[in-house]
Amino acid sequence: MNTASVSLGASVSAQSRFMQLAFAALLGIFVMGFVGFSQIEAVHNAAHDYRHSIAFPCH
Amino acid sequence: MTLFRNVVFIAAIAGLVAGVVLACMQAFATYPLISQAEVFEKTGGGQGHDQAAAAAPAANTNATSPSATAETAMSTAAPAPAEAAAPAEEDEGWAPADGFERYAFSVAANIVTGIGFALVLVAVSEFAGGIGNWRQGVFWGLAGFAAFTLAPGLGLPPELPAMPAADLTQRQIWWTATVVATAAGLGLLAFRKSLPLALLAVALIVAPHIVGAPQPDSFETAIPEGLHHQFVVAVTLTNLAFWLVLGAVVGVVRGRFTGAATSLRDSFA
Repeated sequence: MNTASVSLGASVSAQSRFMQLAFAALLGIFVMGFVGFSQIEAVHNAAHDYRHSIAFPCH
Repeated sequence: MTLFRNVVFIAAIAGLVAGVVLACMQAFATYPLISQAEVFEKTGGGQGHDQAAAAAPAANTNATSPSATAETAMSTAAPAPAEAAAPAEEDEGWAPADGFERYAFSVAANIVTGIGFALVLVAVSEFAGGIGNWRQGVFWGLAGFAAFTLAPGLGLPPELPAMPAADLTQRQIWWTATVVATAAGLGLLAFRKSLPLALLAVALIVAPHIVGAPQPDSFETAIPEGLHHQFVVAVTLTNLAFWLVLGAVVGVVRGRFTGAATSLRDSFA
């Protein structure tokens, strides 16, 4: 890759960089899981059409 | 936490834009088909025959002979197994009222998960050097489409209400494993220049389909084949557009942040 010089937050340490990116990815997975996979009835009903339209496994 | 803040900010903008675009496409492409399927879910298929004929014009060409008509009638008049496999949802807890409220919740779900997908996309792509411009974003979007829509859709095609399906938890496990394996395989193919790793990548992409997705005991359903096929095409294409927009917007917004968009041509890994 030739884009290293323009990466976001290039000044932070490698470990801090890894933790921040991992945390952002986990946050995204949590959001997706809650809206798309939660088996709570009200959440399912609210996002019902969306779940079907994005081909998440649904009821 | 500057990096984290930047990632969240880029993901929020990209998820908002792509989510709104997807919601608009769904309003025309998929929600009408879901409404038609719900007619079958509620009536059990008996009164839905006229809609079936209207929804699947392709089926009409086959229905000219009396035997074919009888067959169609029989297939729609067998609602019992489908209803048993997919219990009606009306008597289960709170649900948004039909019409505006229901659509509003769908739009919200689109935007919220759009931001979720964007967070994963931006974070993962930063590990690989970051999405430098809209064109790189399009390729990252294609990868996201392959991992999140195409691969799981091979084993578990998009389904309409009232269609039979295997146990929900098992499908969710298979879906998640397929997404992870496909994404890992694509990552190996794109960023590791070694033949053994490329072979491993292909194995990772193929493996979930050899294991096989959980399937229902019976595929019998009141939903006409034509309606379901239309739905599969609509879902696949709307999701393709969603991922392309998501990747491209990430590339554009990130370029503004770094202030140094890499040149369009020579930047893709």
